[in-house]
Amino acid sequence: MTSLMGQPTSDGRFGEFGGRFLPESLIPACAELETAFTEAWADAAFHDEYESVLRDYGGRPTPVTECRNLSAQLGIRVLLKREDLAHTGSHKINNVIGQALLARRMGKTRLIAETGAGQHGVATATAAALLGFECRIYMGAVDVVRQALNVFRMELLGAEVVPVSSGSRTLKDAINETLREWVATVGATHYCLGSVMGPHPYPWMVREFQRIVGTEAHGQCRELLDGADPDVVVACVGGGSNAAGTFAGFVDTDARLVGVEPAGGAAIGRGIPGVVHGSKSYLLQDEHGQVLEAHSLSAGLDYPGVGPEHAHLAASGRVTYHAAGDAEVLDAFSLLARTEGIIPALEPAHALAWVIRAAGTDDLPAGCTVMVTLSGRGDKDVAQVAAMFEQSGLLSPRG
Amino acid sequence: MTPGPIEEALRARREAGRKLLVPYVTGGLNDDWVRVVEAVAAAGADAVEIGIPFSDPVMDGPVIQEASQQALAAGATPGSILADVARIDVDVPLVVMTYYNIVFRAGHRRFAQSLAEQGVSGAILPDLPLIELDGWGRAADEAGVETILLVAPNTPDGTLSEICSRSRGWVYGVAVMGVTGERTTLASTAAVLGRRLKAATDKPVLLGVGVGTPEQAAEATVDADGVIVGSALVRRLLEGVGPDGAADFVAALRAGLDRT
Ligand SMILES: Cc1ncc(COP(=O)(O)O)c(C=O)c1O
Repeated sequence: MTSLMGQPTSDGRFGEFGGRFLPESLIPACAELETAFTEAWADAAFHDEYESVLRDYGGRPTPVTECRNLSAQLGIRVLLKREDLAHTGSHKINNVIGQALLARRMGKTRLIAETGAGQHGVATATAAALLGFECRIYMGAVDVVRQALNVFRMELLGAEVVPVSSGSRTLKDAINETLREWVATVGATHYCLGSVMGPHPYPWMVREFQRIVGTEAHGQCRELLDGADPDVVVACVGGGSNAAGTFAGFVDTDARLVGVEPAGGAAIGRGIPGVVHGSKSYLLQDEHGQVLEAHSLSAGLDYPGVGPEHAHLAASGRVTYHAAGDAEVLDAFSLLARTEGIIPALEPAHALAWVIRAAGTDDLPAGCTVMVTLSGRGDKDVAQVAAMFEQSGLLSPRG
Repeated sequence: MTPGPIEEALRARREAGRKLLVPYVTGGLNDDWVRVVEAVAAAGADAVEIGIPFSDPVMDGPVIQEASQQALAAGATPGSILADVARIDVDVPLVVMTYYNIVFRAGHRRFAQSLAEQGVSGAILPDLPLIELDGWGRAADEAGVETILLVAPNTPDGTLSEICSRSRGWVYGVAVMGVTGERTTLASTAAVLGRRLKAATDKPVLLGVGVGTPEQAAEATVDADGVIVGSALVRRLLEGVGPDGAADFVAALRAGLDRT
């Protein structure tokens, strides 16, 4: 029996979830990665390098900001963990710096990655530029259009961006294509997976590389709250990496933990156990086991699965998962911009949407303190949101 | 464990001096796919692999991806394909190839039993490696379904011999580091893997992935007992050759193997 948010079992399980469901040709690479990560993570010199790159290059620690205007409006106390202020504009940099340093230690010369919103692709291309890797990013053809600015950023950083036209042409298919390439190039290439999903050791390793979010936030909240913890800690969940990193810092406190999925891609809310992309977890699928397409305005959450540790956290009852719909997400996006002068990415706008909806109910009673991980900034999304406001008479920037 | 019917049949043919040929056909691709299976069996196949299409086939290249999508779009389900399989009239073993979520969703025992009931002798699940085999492996053994395991060119020796002893039916050597699809030449990894497998096991050793011409089939069987041919056949089916054209192609592969 593993403790909550500790190490998975030797076969990569969190409860009944996780594992290593991959073609035999990738099993040696996963075993090699597991050994390399285990050794590096026990090595103080590796921690020093990881932390110093994130500090001197990545801009850590990111602050926790108290939202006075929004708090007054909602009747609860809202704190934001500001991953939008990290280099490249989201929490993705934490994981990528960790994996790139590990890949270098393993003697790899090339990074490949999938990306949805483009944030993980931009972060990977950034780390590749910094540490001298060749870099190729797979991105669904739909997302290439939705996130054109990020495609240009990746190319500017020296990465090759490959549009993926199979299946639903979004994140799920970008992962398929990256796995297909990895089967062929596994020797010199490291697959820099962007979230707490995939085969063992990725869900565990990516959570450890994101733990810094929760560790920092826990200390910062204690300082702000005179030694107390927030009543509730909230994060959005796509694959689940910003949430896992955040929760890891609070799982041993009394804080209630809440994950927010997109209504059109609620793997925990509406999925059933299944196996895709290397691990067993909750999955949106039909009665025959075909994976369904997720539908979310947010490219970074447009994924029918979820990391296996979240499936376990949900089953254990320690974390509660809710869903937020596109319209309330757009409202939250606008509200934070107007009240606090912070334009959030559409992904964490899901977490905010739930907070706004729940404020004053039993979930978030008046006067309680809630900390939300603002996983990224909204610059990448403004063109898409502007187009949506224009298209719809119901939605306007004035809410 | 004593050999099952697939292994028995393939051993007998091998002992008779024959090189083994297993074509792959995507189930539910075109209305005449059942006749395609019968035609390739009659044209010289020693077993036929039937693909149950999955939405996210990570071990497959563009040709089998396209065939899978077409079959799914035409309404193919695991149930409809297995119902069609029951109508297939051939005297060689039939094997299904699919991805693990299809099996997991149905339930190990239920899926194994439905294969056995519809006359399917074996199963290949390319995303279920040895370390995750347990639950399905037991259910398949109980139902008398032979699970054919894959070995990759980079599989370490220890794992390779474990896979050889756990595999039923035959041992599937993945000839190239990569996904299914035609290649202009047979990968250099094929011969090396064929020799490693032959040294490790007396079970039939078949090489697949990147074997697509009579010449490549002949070359691959210098170091192995036979070949599996998928994308080269499925590409022709996507081009519309139908059962007769499929039979012609399989007959050409057969001739290439018989010349060696
Ligand atoms: C800003 C931001 N937040 C969240 C996510 C979702 O990923 P995860 O659930 O792994 O944090 C993404 C993914 O692209 C993102 O860009």
